[in-house]
Amino acid sequence: MAASAAAAIASPLKCGLISSQGFSGSTRSFQWRKNEKRNVRKASRGVITAKIDLRPPPYSLDALEPHMSRETFEYHWGKHHRAYVDNLNKQIVGTELDTKTLEDIILLTYNKGDLLPPFNNAAQVWNHDFFWESMKPGGGGKPSGELLELINRDFGSFEGFVNEFKAAAATQFGSGWAWLVYKANRIDVGNAVNPRPSDEDKKLVVVKSPNAVNPLVWDYSPLLTIDVWEHAYYLDFQNRRPDYISTFMEKLVSWDAVNSRLEAAKARAAEREEEEERKKTEYEDNQADLDAREMYLESSDADDDSEAD
Amino acid sequence: MAERLSLPELPYDYGALEPAISGEIMLLHHQKHHKTYVTNFNNALQQLEDAVSKSDASAIVQLQSALKFNGGGHINHSIFWKNLAPVSQGGGEPPKGSLGNEIEKEFGSLEALVHKMNSEGAALQGSGWVWLALDKEFKRLLVETTFNQDPLVTKGSSLVPLLGIDVWEHAYYLQYKNAKADYLANIWKVMNWNYASEVYEKECP
Repeated sequence: MAASAAAAIASPLKCGLISSQGFSGSTRSFQWRKNEKRNVRKASRGVITAKIDLRPPPYSLDALEPHMSRETFEYHWGKHHRAYVDNLNKQIVGTELDTKTLEDIILLTYNKGDLLPPFNNAAQVWNHDFFWESMKPGGGGKPSGELLELINRDFGSFEGFVNEFKAAAATQFGSGWAWLVYKANRIDVGNAVNPRPSDEDKKLVVVKSPNAVNPLVWDYSPLLTIDVWEHAYYLDFQNRRPDYISTFMEKLVSWDAVNSRLEAAKARAAEREEEEERKKTEYEDNQADLDAREMYLESSDADDDSEAD
Repeated sequence: MAERLSLPELPYDYGALEPAISGEIMLLHHQKHHKTYVTNFNNALQQLEDAVSKSDASAIVQLQSALKFNGGGHINHSIFWKNLAPVSQGGGEPPKGSLGNEIEKEFGSLEALVHKMNSEGAALQGSGWVWLALDKEFKRLLVETTFNQDPLVTKGSSLVPLLGIDVWEHAYYLQYKNAKADYLANIWKVMNWNYASEVYEKECP
């Protein structure tokens, strides 16, 4: 844990050394980072402060040319993403959020939709990390294996998925994001838990979200995202958002990343099911104990009566 | 059948607001962004008419967001082109007369108003507008923000827009990139206070 956290704050000089083949060996970047602490606690004059770090993309800033320019990265990662990180750190220092993981900060400050001030920065930090890792040099093409099977099952065909994803990205009015998510064990009423989960509930779904909102707040597992804030495409495409979206799908999407995230999402869903099953069994056992106790007490009363005779 | 909306002409050349706002931005902003709102609004309006004639409630309801986005986009930008002006046509000249007085009364000074609008514009997350508004019922000035292309009237039916500042990224990105605060500081150099005064004096003669 400490080693990976330390690696996470390695200076941006490292990004050029990272293989452009992505992280097929390591799942560090792609797994839903529930358990990974990315804050690094630094002691300074006896004060412990947590610090969210600005992670570089897993490729150099010009690696996605000509589809996404170096200039775009210099501003999008170097200014926008960096500002979200810096501003978040300023907001949380010395507060109870200081010691929490980024994901926890997001969920706490989402505050069931009544957003607290750090939400925008926290969610945007996460969203941009996720977005850089959703792309790779030489990306695009089609997924394969189980991912493709699920896409065919839930969208009819790969083209069906692409059309739906592109439409979501194009019709997210104003600023926001479009997502492919893995939806497990959740019925479509707020965040209610499905009491009878089945494999049919586990679906791939396309959703869109405004501004900084992301599907973590709906308890979905994000698999892929595209940033449709204008700053993401204006330098390269100006007003032509549909062209940007097409280029993203055809040239940039990292299906490797989506695959890794799907594995993690399934594992998480299985873990959660086991936990819920365990709790259910525990509850039932407790109930059985209580029932047994009652029966015992009743039967001893009966004995007393018989003795009295 | 309702009249189709059309793209209003810009009252000055595309490059006339330089260096505050670049000609490149003005061209895209007017001919692409605003034009698209007009086109899409007209389409939505046509579909609405069809739906109304068939009493298709479901279609009517579904069209609401397209009407709001695109209609609002047209309304807001139509005001915006008028509330900007080249320096040679009075852009940047501070308000005089009754509006100038009312600003001093309400905000303390023009600088205070500008500071307030810039702060609210900078703080706005995502896309939207910051407005100098007149509440025509109470005859008071206030600063208001709206998200996306929501027109000012969505914040209050008695609110009249005197000045609007577009803080969607498309309004400044090519020139100012992420430096939204610089865009806000500079746009006052081409602010058309004459327009604001005209609107104000009409409501508060």
